Amino acid sequence: MRVFMALVRRELGAYFNSLTGYVVIAAVLLLTGFGLLDLVERIRDQPNDVPVTELFYQTAYFWLVVLLSSPVITMRSFAAEKASGTYESLMTTPVGDWQVVLAKFAGSLGFYLLAWLPLAGTLFALRQITGEAALFEPRVIAATFTGIALVGALFMAMGCFASALTRSDIIAAMVSFLFGMGLWMLGYRPDASGLLPGWALPVLEQLSMTRHMEDFARGLVVGRHVVFYVSTAWLFLFLTHRVVQSRRWK
Amino acid sequence: MDAELPGLCLGDGGIREGTRAPRGVKKEEIRNGTNGEGWLGLAARMQLTAPMIEVHDLTKRYPGRTAVDGISFTIGRGEVVGFLGPNGAGKSTTLRILSSFLPATSGTARVAGFDVFREPDEVRRRIGYMPENNPLHLDMRVREYLKFRARLKGLGWRRSRERVDAVLEQCGLVDVNSRIIGQLSKGYRQRVGLADALVHEPDLIILDEPTIGLDPHQIRSVRALVKELAQRHTVLLSTHILSEVEMTCSRVLILHRGRILAADRTKDLERRLSLDGQVIAEVAAPAAMLVEVFRDLPEVESVEVQPMDGAYQRLSVQPRNGVDVRELVYGEIRAQGWTMRELTRSRHTLEEIFIHLTRGKVRED
Repeated sequence: MRVFMALVRRELGAYFNSLTGYVVIAAVLLLTGFGLLDLVERIRDQPNDVPVTELFYQTAYFWLVVLLSSPVITMRSFAAEKASGTYESLMTTPVGDWQVVLAKFAGSLGFYLLAWLPLAGTLFALRQITGEAALFEPRVIAATFTGIALVGALFMAMGCFASALTRSDIIAAMVSFLFGMGLWMLGYRPDASGLLPGWALPVLEQLSMTRHMEDFARGLVVGRHVVFYVSTAWLFLFLTHRVVQSRRWK
Repeated sequence: MDAELPGLCLGDGGIREGTRAPRGVKKEEIRNGTNGEGWLGLAARMQLTAPMIEVHDLTKRYPGRTAVDGISFTIGRGEVVGFLGPNGAGKSTTLRILSSFLPATSGTARVAGFDVFREPDEVRRRIGYMPENNPLHLDMRVREYLKFRARLKGLGWRRSRERVDAVLEQCGLVDVNSRIIGQLSKGYRQRVGLADALVHEPDLIILDEPTIGLDPHQIRSVRALVKELAQRHTVLLSTHILSEVEMTCSRVLILHRGRILAADRTKDLERRLSLDGQVIAEVAAPAAMLVEVFRDLPEVESVEVQPMDGAYQRLSVQPRNGVDVRELVYGEIRAQGWTMRELTRSRHTLEEIFIHLTRGKVRED
């Protein structure tokens, strides 16, 4: 545990020792800011009783943040250490492979959540300004953040996996962006093309992240969704662990 | 347990050194084995008396290339051994296997009695390893980095603080302890790498090319540090600079194309391959008389004289059976009342030895 905490601290610290962390946070702030502007416009034009979080997540900005920030957050995790050689000095200390994988995952997830934190503050500010408490129910906001965290867990796990595959952080970022974008597209309006066989539709609808987030943003933490994210995130962490271990296969 | 094992035994080189007792253990104790203590005591002693490094028939193949080709060697506790070879000889690969970063294709390697593949954590706890090019987290501060490394190596909060303070002192880093590593000179970074290798008080320190890319001043200070470490730890360092081994190591393993070409005490190796102690003197004397005086001495095999500037002659005396004839030469010259301006014994530097050995190898191939 001691070693694990030291590793997580190092991972988190690395974001703030370099520009990466600040740039990512600034970009997330900018995008959520645009999203909120959009949102305020909409509330003003046509008053409605849909929770603000649901409106917010419907703006393109939400997914833009998730899809773009994840690769940047995770690309360094393994690739940069391999490129600089610190991976060797890390793996020759008595730390376990799982410890390393989980610490990298926890570090990036922690940073991702930190980058989302200003959104909570903004929502609170909006609530004070508009005075419409009903639209900003804490339960709903909590559910939304649960969703954000779960989606983040999956994307961070995918990113760590992509990063573990290569020594180049650019390649890691591209690969994890492809994974993320691909998975997201699969479930984004799967019926739009009309080319899919009939059986595929219900399957893809289960994978639809936009649907999942719709539920979270309405304040519903659906068990099925939780299981989906936890299990897929675990799958990618498992794969990452296998990659880390593969060094020791003859 | 073979009491004769510590020291050196070589796979194909066939050189064998005498017994060398590990630090703090008397030879007698090793000979007598357990002295009737229980199995636990025996186990503890086996680890204590096991050689620091035992490598047997170690091979590492990469696709299409054999990096290490069936090498065997043993390093006793307290030794300072240099791993010498040109780039690509297999030094780094061997060190990576020893630090259980890479698995071997075949063969075994044990560190302090622990198998590097099957008990990697035990091995890593006992090794302070500085990889090639000394990778560091350049964004961290010196103290912060060393503390992080100490924690990774399992030291507690208080202990890691003590040890970090100690190694900062030991490696001359106190003044820069709050600087960002990326802003330090290479020499200082190298010291940070050494401090990291030392921080958990390992039994064995493995340094992969510790002086590469440093300027002469920095090289000197790093070598001085390594020498200091040698007093309390077993050190295995790799280098392709021969003078480094001459200066810092008591024993040398010469590696070429994944095989051990030679292994010996540094000074024995020099002597073994030297020109049998040829003595050279520059004397102001008639050439014919010089030859006459030295030719018939029983210790002398042959004499050669070359004229030099002025009255000086360059006298080369080849002794019989490698005897040291320096005193004899001086005595004779003085007895004759000649003037002498230089007296020296030619010896091969490791450089020449190395070229000699590898050249032979290339021809064989």
